[in-house]
Amino acid sequence: MTLTFNKESFRGDYSYHNSPAAIRRFPFPFDRDEYMYSVNMEPHKGGRDGSVFQRRFDVDEHYVAEMEDRAITLARDPMRCQSLPHMRLAGWDLLELIMVSKSEDYPDLFQLTRDGDRWRWVNKPLGIDDTFTFLDDATLPHGPMEYITRQTQGDFAVLDQREGNLWMDAGMITSQADWSLDFDIGMNFFEWHAPVPRAAEMGIFQRALKFLMNVQVDTPARRLNWTMTVNPRLDTSPETYPEWGPEKRSLTPDNIGEKQYLRVELQTFWRLPRSNGLAFPIRCYLCSLQDIVTVPKWGRRLHRVIRDLPDDLATYKGFLVNKPLIVDYLARFDDGAPTSPGIWPD
Amino acid sequence: MQSLKLTRKEPLSPRITRFRFEHPEGAPLPIFAGGAHVMVQMQDGAVLRRNAYSLISDPADRSGYEIAVQREDQGRGGSRWMHEQAQPGMVMTIGAPVNLFALNLTAKRHLLIAGGVGITPFLAQVRDLGRIGAPYELHHAIRSAAEAVPLPDGARLHVSDQGSRMDLDAILSGQPLGTHLYVCGSDRMIRAVLDAARGLGWPADALHSEEFLAPAPGEPFAVHCARSHKTLTVGAHQSLLEALEAAGIDAPWLCRGGACGQCETDVIACDGTIDHHDHWLDPDEQAHKIMPCVSRFRGQLLTIDR
Repeated sequence: MTLTFNKESFRGDYSYHNSPAAIRRFPFPFDRDEYMYSVNMEPHKGGRDGSVFQRRFDVDEHYVAEMEDRAITLARDPMRCQSLPHMRLAGWDLLELIMVSKSEDYPDLFQLTRDGDRWRWVNKPLGIDDTFTFLDDATLPHGPMEYITRQTQGDFAVLDQREGNLWMDAGMITSQADWSLDFDIGMNFFEWHAPVPRAAEMGIFQRALKFLMNVQVDTPARRLNWTMTVNPRLDTSPETYPEWGPEKRSLTPDNIGEKQYLRVELQTFWRLPRSNGLAFPIRCYLCSLQDIVTVPKWGRRLHRVIRDLPDDLATYKGFLVNKPLIVDYLARFDDGAPTSPGIWPD
Repeated sequence: MQSLKLTRKEPLSPRITRFRFEHPEGAPLPIFAGGAHVMVQMQDGAVLRRNAYSLISDPADRSGYEIAVQREDQGRGGSRWMHEQAQPGMVMTIGAPVNLFALNLTAKRHLLIAGGVGITPFLAQVRDLGRIGAPYELHHAIRSAAEAVPLPDGARLHVSDQGSRMDLDAILSGQPLGTHLYVCGSDRMIRAVLDAARGLGWPADALHSEEFLAPAPGEPFAVHCARSHKTLTVGAHQSLLEALEAAGIDAPWLCRGGACGQCETDVIACDGTIDHHDHWLDPDEQAHKIMPCVSRFRGQLLTIDR
């Protein structure tokens, strides 16, 4: 497999773009023509060849640019990466999980050589060749979680499991759908989900927590979540709202296909063996509406989903103001034909 | 579940034997955190037994998993089978490590109190504590010298018939704030330790215990599985979970000891009384749920959603 990494930006001139192959492998999140919350978990044990589900930590054409964007965000706001003192071991767990997975899944790009506790890590796309001592923080330029997540696409919440609950005690969060690690750090599962409408009454969180606390080392799980973002911007955080919030008002019928993005999170869940913590990577994929509708099934279905979405969910997801524009645009690509079940293109 | 080879079997005490399992081709095994257990599957004649045993080996040592099994002559037969039938060279089916008794890593200090064979999870945990440099104290309380097993350096042994009975109040009242207490042993011992700690004002969040329940025997009973349209009889020495499995009805499980919550099952109708033996259901849930791994029923017919 040969990957070419895009030269692109997620801010300023927003030169982010998807190749035709990237569009085809976009994780379209709707398996039917309507949407409601569910604990839509499935085992994270591979998937279709070429899909984002195939490998444990997907690496795609946006890898290098995403890591550059993360470095910019961290330079402006170091609090996007935090780890409470008791999460040190979980950080090493995460480093080990990612290094082992990536070196096995992408041997052309990443190499890990282990001689006892002496480890050598080669990351070819980012030009990194480091040797360090496992479990010795002083031998790395950053803490273990920060070190490895500066080299891995997606946000990472690292959760401690204790007192029958999960706790947001560490994380690297620079590409979030409008939530703040600095605000949520130290919260438990129910506390950090408190803003989500409807789901608590539906008993979703009790069931989800029970499921997550029973994720085992050999049974990682995954689900998809989604929202809408104007412009291909990774850093849609509360901290930078003044920068991106006003952009929501920049949509017109003429530019919406190009500027409105469907933002999909591939969320995976991993038991960390040494700390008994839970790693929760949240990988963000962005696809413009004009690229989505190149897959006719997706164009039809997205129109029906957004058209019928209750307003409180559109408000929570932050696009109620643009919902009529989005529906009008997508209606042009919905001829009323039936759609096939499942998320895949026909 | 994975197939592992039993490579060593050696006595630690007259009743406790250590078993070591390795990958048949020598491949490294997954790392675990101290406090984890594995499910050991035993084909005992026509009966398939699954017993949970805490891992006692160094969690970071991927060359093998070790467990310690105490022979229970009055038990259901799993420990007897391990002592009598399991022999080095055999390939056995062992589950992946599952941890329901993990250390709380926010603790400033860890106080580990074991009764008898309850020492097992702590043997692995002290390796983790040593590795992360966390302060800890390990106490092992036994009735007589015959129950003694080799202990890690620094552990305190209390032998009640030699007059060195564990002085719980002294141990529990001398701990600094931020200490977490872990206790593993018999039901009676766990209750005594937790009661003493509560009496001294320990916060509930700092108290941790693990007791593996074996399914208690009882009178046979009838159960109707509404979703599968099957009616079964659960034998006197069989658990409801085992009866479901024998009838080909799938129920999820992890610990088979009333602690993990995986096999929780809705009760649709109950013409009789459920004997709840688990540590999972809240009192208000007991009216409409049952844990088939350890709980039983007395009465005419129990109807469950399986």
